[in-house]
Order: sequence, then structure tokens, then C-alpha cells
Amino acid sequence: MVAHAIAEPITYPAVGASLDIENVSHAFDIDGALLPVLQDVSLRVEPREFVALLGPSGCGKSTLLRLVAGLEPPRSGVLREDGALIRNPHPSRVVVFQDPTLFPWRNVWDNVALGLEAQGVLKHQRQRVDDAIDLVGLSAFRNVYPHQLSGGMAQRAALARALVNDPKVLVLDEPLGKLDSLTRIAMQTELVSLWQRKGFTTLLVTHDAEEALVLANRVIVLSERPAKIKADIRVERPHPRHRGDPYLADLRRQVLGLLGLEATW
Amino acid sequence: MSTFSLSDAGIVGARRAKATPFLDWAYASATGVLAGIAWIAFGLSCLLWDDLGDWSRTHAVGIGALIIAAATLVGTLGADHLGRLGRELRQRAPWLTALGLFLALWEAATAKFAWLPLPFFPPPQAIIEVYTDDLPKLFDSVIASVKLQLGGYLIGAAAGFLTGVSIGWSRSIGYWVHPVLRFIGPLPATAWLPIAFFTFPSSWSASTFLIALATAFPVTVLTWSGVASVSNAYYDVARTLGAKPSFLVTKVAIPAALPHVFVGLFMGLGSSFAVLVVAEMIGVKAGLGWYLQWAQGWAAYANMYAALIVMSLLCSSAITLLFRVRDRLLVWQRGVVKW
Repeated sequence: MVAHAIAEPITYPAVGASLDIENVSHAFDIDGALLPVLQDVSLRVEPREFVALLGPSGCGKSTLLRLVAGLEPPRSGVLREDGALIRNPHPSRVVVFQDPTLFPWRNVWDNVALGLEAQGVLKHQRQRVDDAIDLVGLSAFRNVYPHQLSGGMAQRAALARALVNDPKVLVLDEPLGKLDSLTRIAMQTELVSLWQRKGFTTLLVTHDAEEALVLANRVIVLSERPAKIKADIRVERPHPRHRGDPYLADLRRQVLGLLGLEATW
Repeated sequence: MSTFSLSDAGIVGARRAKATPFLDWAYASATGVLAGIAWIAFGLSCLLWDDLGDWSRTHAVGIGALIIAAATLVGTLGADHLGRLGRELRQRAPWLTALGLFLALWEAATAKFAWLPLPFFPPPQAIIEVYTDDLPKLFDSVIASVKLQLGGYLIGAAAGFLTGVSIGWSRSIGYWVHPVLRFIGPLPATAWLPIAFFTFPSSWSASTFLIALATAFPVTVLTWSGVASVSNAYYDVARTLGAKPSFLVTKVAIPAALPHVFVGLFMGLGSSFAVLVVAEMIGVKAGLGWYLQWAQGWAAYANMYAALIVMSLLCSSAITLLFRVRDRLLVWQRGVVKW
């Protein structure tokens, strides 16, 4: 009890890192033919910023995320996290993918514990796993296997699995894309509040203009493949935002116009 | 449901309450009674006529059948008071009926009227006689077979698993092992028998090697395909969370491949049984295969049937055990086949 009393409260460093994407180009090798996906993309993301990458599907947004995560090296150009070159994946930049990709042979707790286990620190930091599970509201499901979870709960578990590592950069690859619209709205709100509380830098890929505008400080609009930056829009509205805000509606019209959809507005 | 009026439901309920308990009991017991009759028929078929041959256990088998009949009757009629035992007995009553009838028919067809040619089709009491009078030799054979099988299988399964993981994981290991696997694997392990028996120091080590070989091939191929088919998304997730290559192998590739591995273990078990029996028949001087061969030499057909039944029980138990282990390890899978 005494030890408990004097133990320091668990503190989350939660300092967002900056990201620098400098003249990055990338291409896929498909049966010997080079398919360019990214063309000379340069972008600086400030610490604690929430940046949405918006573009038509198949334009290369997800590829850019894979480069940021360090899962692949770019063909040319460099990426930096807090000024340090990104060469490999690192738990300071965690990705939440479109599919939850929970490991089906592990229950929720063991899935969330994955990062700490891989880094060899799980033994002394089991509390962090419990905290992360509480944070996403899955405390009652910690012993449940993934096939018993609904889509929204599985994505929450995936979010907890990312957050348990106290990432400096949270990389989100359309994590809400496959959820039903109600769950989606609920999780958007949760995402914003997590970001505000923890202070990580967030990079969100989406093809939903409304989602980008409701969540992000900055919306980067990308062109068709090979992706180039078409526009860099600041969303000057505090959270929580109202979906019906005329300011957002105006931005949305502008953004959809950039994506070649003005006729629908 | 909403179209039912309350009075209808009341009438139906009242009628059911009167008729149901007795009818239910009678229905549920009927097959049990049939089973009892079938076993009485078997018992009487043993006791009513004289044997055409010289078998010492006819009387005992007949009495045994009547005891089983009595137990079945009591068990199914009083199942409601016997809990789980009673329920299981009722559930198995159709099978008990079929078994009793089959045994009665078999008894009549062999020992009593010789519809089937006699030395080749021994009556049930002859097989029971083997179990009572030749038990030590049969028991030794079982022990020898189990030891040989277990040793060979465990070696083969371990080797196959390690090989499968290595070639699934490493391209350069795959480069060297894959052609060897393609060349040697499809060859039935029994084809090696003649060579194995004179290159190995003992017939026991030769048989162990062959059983291991027969096990290893399917285990290798399925472990390999299991590891190779693991989704890249799992590796991506683990890598972004800071996993090192050793973690990717032991905590991602292997658990993800386990369902395939168990299919391989199951197939390996089947083909290793075949090798075990052939090896025992040809070279090893112990075990059930050897017992079969020996019984054939003496034209002891009852012994052969007795050994076959034991063999089948052993193989089936081995598979049951494997499936139990699998169910334990793969609780996370849904819809696994119950053996």
C-alpha cells in the first residue's frame, strides 16, 4: 500500500513529433514496369498537429503512410521524424490500418500488449495495457477473442494496441472506413478527444472530405496518381466542431471542387 | 405468435400436460428396449444351440450379453433417475441395438450354423477368448507398437515442423530444401524399407526412421504453406510495433500457421500408421503388425481379428488425442470439426 501510495502516477510523454517529408517520390515495380505513385511530395507536419491526407482512392495516400511508418523506403527523397531520418518502423510512429488486423489467436488483452511484448517491456508495464484498454472502453472484453468482437470494437482494440506504445506520431490509414455511419461518428469524436488529451501528432488518410474537415487542423488534398499536393487547407475551428457549420460546408465545397466533384455541389 | 388466443394456448397446454410425461418416457425408452431385446437375442444365440466347433467362452459370452441387455433395459427405462449416464445411454441406444443384432447374426452365422466358412470367420467368443487367454502377448505387442510409433512420430513431427518453418521463412533455405523435398517427399516411406533394414544398425532404428519420414513430409509441406500464407498485414502491424525478426517468427508466423500445422500432423499420423504396420510385419519382431503376421502363420484367425480391433482402437485414440490438443491450442478458431 505504501509503495503504491508513493509510486509516481503513470505519465504519458505524449509529446507529438514533427514530420518532414522532403521531395519524396515513389513508384511500384509491376512486372518490370514502373508505376509512379508519389511525385515530389514535400510536407512539414508540426508537433501535435492533426493533418488529414485527402485524395481520390488509389492515388497513393496509403503508400505515403507506409513510407512515414518506415515499412518501405522511398525511391527518392527523405522522411524525418523530429529531424531524424526514418529508415525502419519504430513504435514511436504507430499505424492503425483500415482493417483492425488483430491477431485472431490472441485475445484483446494480448493483442493490445503486442507492442510492449515485442519491445520486451511487457513484464514491468502490464498496467499500461490495462490503461489503454480502459481508454477505448473495452475493459469488459479484455479476455475476448477477435472473432467475437463487432467491427467497431475490433477497431477500438486496434486503436488501444497503437496507443499503448505512447506514440509520438499516430498514423491512421482510413481506420474508420469500414464502420457503419453511427459508430463512425462516435469514433471520430473519441479520436479527437484522445488526440487532445495525449498530444500526439496525427496523420490521417481518408477519402471522406467531411471526416477530414471535422477532425483535422490541416487538410492536404492530393491529386490523382501519381499523387502531388494540390492544396494545403487550414481548418481554423476549435473542437468540438459542428458538422453543419457553414464554414466547414464552405471548405467542403472547395475541397470537393479540388477533387473534381464541384458538379455535385 | 400474436395470432394465438389465450384460451387456445390454455387448452393445448392442458392436453399436453396430461399426455406428455408417459408418452415422452415411452418414446425415449423404446429404442433402449429394442437394444435390450437385441442383446438378449445375442445372449440366447450363444446359449440355445451347441457350438459347431470347440470354443471355451461361449457360455460366458452368452451370460455377458444378457447382463448387458439387463443393464441397457434398466438404464434406459430409468434414465430419468440416472442423470448424464442415462441421457448418454439413451442417445447411444440405436447403436447398441445395431451392435446387438450384428453380434447375434454373427454368432448364428459362424458358431451355430456355419453359414460363413469357419476358420476364416471366427465367432465372437473366439475373439473374446484371445483377449482372455493371449492377453500378455497382445499387451506386449501394444506396448512395442506404441513405443515405436510414438518415437518415430515425435521425431518426424518435430523435424517436419522445423523444416516447414525454415523454408517458409527463409528463401535461401527454401532454395536448397525445396528440391530435396519434392524429390524424396512423395515417395512412399515403405519403399525405403528394404534399404533401411540393412543400412540401419537395428530394425527398430530403421522403422523409427521410416515412421519419422512418413510423418515429416506432410507436416513439412503444410507448415511451410501455413507460414507462407500468413498475411503481410500481420507482419506490418508487428513491425510498426517494434517487433524483431525472431518475434515475427515465433509470435506471428508460427501461431498463424498452426491450423495448417495440425492438418499436417493429422495427415502424418495416418501415413505413419501404415508404415508402422508394414515395418512390423516385415522386419521388427514385436508389435501388433508382427502379431498379425505371426497369427496368420499359425492360421489363428481369431487372433488376427482381435489384433485388428485393438489396432483400430489405438489409431483412433491417437487421432482423438491429437484433436484434443488442437482444440486446446486453437480455441481462437471458430467452427473446428469435432472428431
